[in-house]
Amino acid sequence: MGGKMKKFFSILLTLFLPISFTNVSKAAGHMEAEVIHWWTSGGEQAAISQFAEAWQEMGNTWIDTAITGGDNARGTTVNRIIGGNPPTAAQFNISKQFVDLVEQGLLQSLEEVASAEGWRDFIYPPELIETCEFEGEFYCVPVNIHSWQWMWINNDVYKQVGLPVPQTFEEFLAGAPKIQEAGIIPLALGGQGWQESGMFDVVASSIMGFPLMRSVYRDKDIDAFRDGRFESVLNTYRELNQFTDEGSPGRLWNDTTAMVIEGKAAMQVMGDWARGEFAVAGMEAMKDYSCVIPGKEKYVALGGDVFVFPKNDDPKVKDTQLAMASMMVNPTVQAKFNNAKGSLPMRLDVDTSAADACMQMGLDLIQNPDAIMRESDDWNTPAFTAAWGDIISEFRNDPNYTVAQAMDDLEGVLTSGL
Amino acid sequence: MSVIPSGPRPKHLTIGRIGMYCFILVCAIFFLMPLYVMVITSLKDMDEIRAANILNLPKELSFYSWPKAWSQACTGFVCEGLKPGFFNSIKITVPSVIVSVGLSAINGYALAFWRFKGAYFFFGLCMFGAFIPYQVMVYPLLKIEDALGIYSTLPGIILVHTIFGMPILTLIFRNFYASLPIDLFKAARIDGGNFVKIFFYVIIPMSTPITIVAVILQVTGIWNDFLLGLVFAGRDNQPMTVQLNNIVQVDYGVAEYNVDMSATILTSLVPLFVYFISGRWFVRGIAAGAIKG
Amino acid sequence: MPLFRNIASMIALLPMIVISLTVFVGCIIYSFVYSLTNSKLVPVMNYVGFDQYERLFKQRKWDVAVENIFIYGFVFTIGCLVIGFLLAVLIDQKIRGESLFRTIFLYPYAVCIAAVWQGAGFVMVLMLAGLRGIDEDIWKSLSIEGVAKWKSYLFVILPMLRPMVVTAIVLIAAGVVKVYDLILALTSGGPGYATTTPAMYVMENFFSRANLGQAFAASIIMFISVVCILAPWAFYEFYLRNKYAAN
Repeated sequence: MGGKMKKFFSILLTLFLPISFTNVSKAAGHMEAEVIHWWTSGGEQAAISQFAEAWQEMGNTWIDTAITGGDNARGTTVNRIIGGNPPTAAQFNISKQFVDLVEQGLLQSLEEVASAEGWRDFIYPPELIETCEFEGEFYCVPVNIHSWQWMWINNDVYKQVGLPVPQTFEEFLAGAPKIQEAGIIPLALGGQGWQESGMFDVVASSIMGFPLMRSVYRDKDIDAFRDGRFESVLNTYRELNQFTDEGSPGRLWNDTTAMVIEGKAAMQVMGDWARGEFAVAGMEAMKDYSCVIPGKEKYVALGGDVFVFPKNDDPKVKDTQLAMASMMVNPTVQAKFNNAKGSLPMRLDVDTSAADACMQMGLDLIQNPDAIMRESDDWNTPAFTAAWGDIISEFRNDPNYTVAQAMDDLEGVLTSGL
Repeated sequence: MSVIPSGPRPKHLTIGRIGMYCFILVCAIFFLMPLYVMVITSLKDMDEIRAANILNLPKELSFYSWPKAWSQACTGFVCEGLKPGFFNSIKITVPSVIVSVGLSAINGYALAFWRFKGAYFFFGLCMFGAFIPYQVMVYPLLKIEDALGIYSTLPGIILVHTIFGMPILTLIFRNFYASLPIDLFKAARIDGGNFVKIFFYVIIPMSTPITIVAVILQVTGIWNDFLLGLVFAGRDNQPMTVQLNNIVQVDYGVAEYNVDMSATILTSLVPLFVYFISGRWFVRGIAAGAIKG
Repeated sequence: MPLFRNIASMIALLPMIVISLTVFVGCIIYSFVYSLTNSKLVPVMNYVGFDQYERLFKQRKWDVAVENIFIYGFVFTIGCLVIGFLLAVLIDQKIRGESLFRTIFLYPYAVCIAAVWQGAGFVMVLMLAGLRGIDEDIWKSLSIEGVAKWKSYLFVILPMLRPMVVTAIVLIAAGVVKVYDLILALTSGGPGYATTTPAMYVMENFFSRANLGQAFAASIIMFISVVCILAPWAFYEFYLRNKYAAN
């Protein structure tokens, strides 16, 4: 088939495709892509299926390699790159996790498609571009935003004790003793390190604000760290912990959410993925449960997922990778994917009419550039955030570990160069 | 050679024997508790699991979790349950067990009866292998297999299982052979047996119980392996445990404990089956029989 | 013995020798080399001297992990040996439904429920295999001499099973040294990191922490400790004993 014919057919094909991929002229012809990801639970499966189906509708083959657990999935990706058998695309988090791969020249640059399609113009918020850009070239595709900044509250519990739903941690703490007297656990917190440090960062940002947090986490500014506000965060965190149950070590986040759903506990601090649990339990947002972005200064934290595309010896693979990257940012695909996932899209021109009250709150807030908050792992290596998390976890679990000691140890991590 | 066990003479029921049975029964109940919980959980529906004590019998039996775990549960975009992984696991386990047990039996035999200078030095090095964490060996092995061109293939994963099984299996066989009566070996030598002949005609017939132990160890280890299969088997040969993990472990989402339990039990059926049939070969006095025969 | 007779044996052991040298020794050298780098997600030759070791020894978490492994090791080894041996002896009594009970005791091994169950089950089959290899005549003579059953097991049969006991101890020890999945399943190392183990520390640094240099350093220290504890014993068990026995 001649070049002209091929092009004609590809145009013809595009006309009949349900989604139009304007910039993907290279996409004509059958392409096979293997994607490693860790989305294996109900809502996540529905979400990855949106990508897979869109890819198949383009006439391509999607080979799904789902591996539970981010660590396992990322580990497999790295192993396969080193073993010389890389996947077409692989999931990582919005973070520094894959910096090493870029620096070692193991990832495919997506700059060709990014500049052709003007990614820098529509990716929102622009902080996401920073995550993916290295020396002026795109190396990853952000696909969604998940924010940690939420309190999930059982409305019945507050009705029962006759208190209004709290909007800040201070209000929550004021009402907590009364809830305790009613025989209900005020704060549900699971016993895993990431839950403990996740909640810590929510408390920290809502008490000391994002600018100071950035000075500490990004700039490692010891003066800012020592100006007294960080101590008050630790104090509040400790106070909050007095209102948790003993909590079995290793209790999963969703079992913890179930405590709030069942009314055994009043409140949980958890990312927006917790919403799915309430939906499955048949609870309605703002009526049966409340989602509150705590603090006077409200933020949306930029957590979420990206896809990277490992370099391959086979030159054909590059075309496949660019086509897939382009598909992932397509507004129609973005809408379907994020509605299924319950996350915020990475661009504003996306149909989000399916959003519930809680998600709408996030969508409204993210339009305000000042409300956008970045997470520690966006600036720091996994080793740093883990070492930091160890101290937070020890601080939570050992009442003899004083605020002063914790401050010294945290400073040790800040200056460790990890 | 008789297959009928002929150990300490069975006695009529005495108080001691009743006590012994009681003790074994108590132990068995203790060991069976988790299985009991798993089975009844797999037969409840999710509402009942959330509401009732985990030890309670199901009010209504619901069997849907079993076919779901076997052939419908989603593991990402694909919803085929454990079924595809089951056959992959068979493909990996059968040759890996045969190769690793066979090779280690020869190792053990050579070390026990045909020592040469330096043999035990290498045996010592091999034993180090039992104490190196898996993860540390992953990168060098990746490079080796990549160089050999067998990375992400069935021979690749078989080689890896053979390597990881070798230290302990060699030790098991060596120590078993070392405990056999040396006179037997000497007699065979006087009769003109060589390395190969003695192995096939004298040693193998006496190796049944220890081979069963080795097979049990390897079947369990390889069947339950997740990490090595994930890394070395390649996409097309992913073992059942990878799918089991995808079904059972939920990071962000709703867990279906009844399906989880069915999937876990289904996955453990093959080792269980091997344990049960292995009993036929646990026969007393094989070594003794060989001497007299 | 003249050398040529053992050529067959050398050939037979060749795979073991090659694997020991390339894979096991190779891995140790590889780990050591990269423990001197600041490798993060992928191994990179970026020499930093002994920084990783210095960092390792400063970690409270590592101290806790080392402490834990001694406690687990002790409890686990004794527990498995005693329970496993006891079960094997009981099952050896020609009981009804032997096959059923043996399966029951082995099954936690299959579903990975808890450490002692797993270990004890395996020790049981190992011992049972040993018991089934005991010569019938020994039982006859013991019963003629009127030795009590429990005494026969403890003082005559157990010493005869010495090689099996040695195997069991090495097997359990190797399991203890590498234990991480079980702890992960039961407690995730928590509360805090109170129940963490050295293998978990290695695993964490390998995966979630993407801190390869640190993981390699920790595994080298683990390895050296194991060698220090086991080497003298192995030297006695496999070298000295055999030497005297041969003389």
